[in-house]
Amino acid sequence: MKLKTALALGAGFGAMCAYADAFSAEVYSGYTLLRQETREMQDDDFLNPGMGALARGAAMFTTPNTKGVSCASCHGADGKKLDAKRIAQYPVLDSRSQRPITLQQRVIDESSERLGISMLKYESDDALSLEAFVRNIARGQEVNVQTDGAMTPFYEAGKKLYETRSGQLNMACNLCHDNHPGEKLRAQVLSQGQTNGFPLYRLATGKLTGTQTRFNQCFDAFRATPYPFGSEEYTLLELYANAHGNGLKIETPAVRF
Amino acid sequence: MSKVLMGVMCAYLPLFAAAAETIPKTPAPMVIQSEAYQPWKAVAYAIQEPLGGLKGNAANGRKVAIDRGKGNCLACHVMPVQEEEFHGELGPALGKIGKKYNEGKLRMRIVNIQDVLADSLMPPFYAKPDKLSRVVDKYRGQTVLTAQEVEDVVAYLTTLK
Ligand code: HEC
Ligand code: HEC
Repeated sequence: MKLKTALALGAGFGAMCAYADAFSAEVYSGYTLLRQETREMQDDDFLNPGMGALARGAAMFTTPNTKGVSCASCHGADGKKLDAKRIAQYPVLDSRSQRPITLQQRVIDESSERLGISMLKYESDDALSLEAFVRNIARGQEVNVQTDGAMTPFYEAGKKLYETRSGQLNMACNLCHDNHPGEKLRAQVLSQGQTNGFPLYRLATGKLTGTQTRFNQCFDAFRATPYPFGSEEYTLLELYANAHGNGLKIETPAVRF
Repeated sequence: MSKVLMGVMCAYLPLFAAAAETIPKTPAPMVIQSEAYQPWKAVAYAIQEPLGGLKGNAANGRKVAIDRGKGNCLACHVMPVQEEEFHGELGPALGKIGKKYNEGKLRMRIVNIQDVLADSLMPPFYAKPDKLSRVVDKYRGQTVLTAQEVEDVVAYLTTLK
């Protein structure tokens, strides 16, 4: 940053334009960096390996509890009564707690509070499948996380976590995903670390992967202790990471290496 | 591939293992000697004295630089290491780094480049462990490289001209 400022001041107008450009840098999805075969796999619902989990989520959505009630009783069999624009805003401020709540926490809370299903475990296959089914309803919508008003302090706290170094390799999210996207880390091209495709199918692990599991994988890579799933810290980090991709189209279930 | 090498690779970061199509499952425990932290002094962004007065071995330094569980320098740098594919490009190429920097300056950058460039992504290979936060149990209290390994890498880099 300091270097950029110096450059802009030193090298006159041309450099100042370059400087301004660096800040209006566009957000792009990890999709942009995929190989053609992987894109095709994501784009075709019959080939997309994330669709299996989605089907499982759909079944959970429509399966009635002992009183004959299911998610579909309120939200329609295909969930189409849910507001896709609202889904694209998650994490949102929870009206009761006045704190941000992630989409996965919402589906976990809904199934336990309204259907009496025992609490789904955060980032478990069940919770992820249900979240993926719901987020898929908003596929194509633009990510639109609130960052102002009552959300400001949470957004700022998330940003701080995103930019705090930790682990034996002393790294932070922004150092890779803001400072070096598009560059090669060994054979892999770094992306902006966008979350618009989550939950997504990872070819490397052969699994549907949640946003917070991806956080764990990145923390592991720099030998840092991850935060617990569903924790305050991960909620804030997810809030910032999602907002960081405001304007990107939701791709759930995306396919990534 | 030898079992030992596999072990080291398994134990390492799945993310940096990039090129691998399958990620090995059971990580072998990585044995790290714990040794006393060797104090050092920087003057003008250089550490002139070898850590612990140790003498580096360039051939071993090359191995440490390649090893994914140690230097893993290829994750981010192009180096004259033809036998390995897929060199990363997050940092500058190191083919002639021994011309650009003398030994003291190289040592400083391996020990902790962040003392030179505060925003660097490059890990500090010999940071004082109590300056780090949230290090996983397995590596807590340890430096990424031992003092000897730092000296070996420095010796190797000085040969790159
Ligand atoms: C040393 C570099 C590095 C650091 C530091 C790092 N990541 Fe990543 N991250 C990667 C790599 C490599 C990938 C896989 C390729 C890609 O999508 O960039 C990745 C992928 C991701 C993705 C998935 C993007 C997609 O489209 O699939 C997210 C989200 C993410 N990282 C978030 C984070 C967060 C949050 C942090 C901090 C806790 C973090 N990363 C720290 C290297 C890093
Ligand atoms: C995760 C990425 C990463 C790893 C791993 C890494 N480096 Fe770097 N290195 C960088 C970056 C990025 C820079 C450029 C400085 C900056 O802007 O951060 C750099 C700079 C350097 C420099 C200074 C180059 C110059 O021209 O000023 C040297 C020397 C160096 N690295 C050596 C090494 C060695 C040796 C290793 C392994 C023991 C290593 N690096 C591992 C990312 C890395």
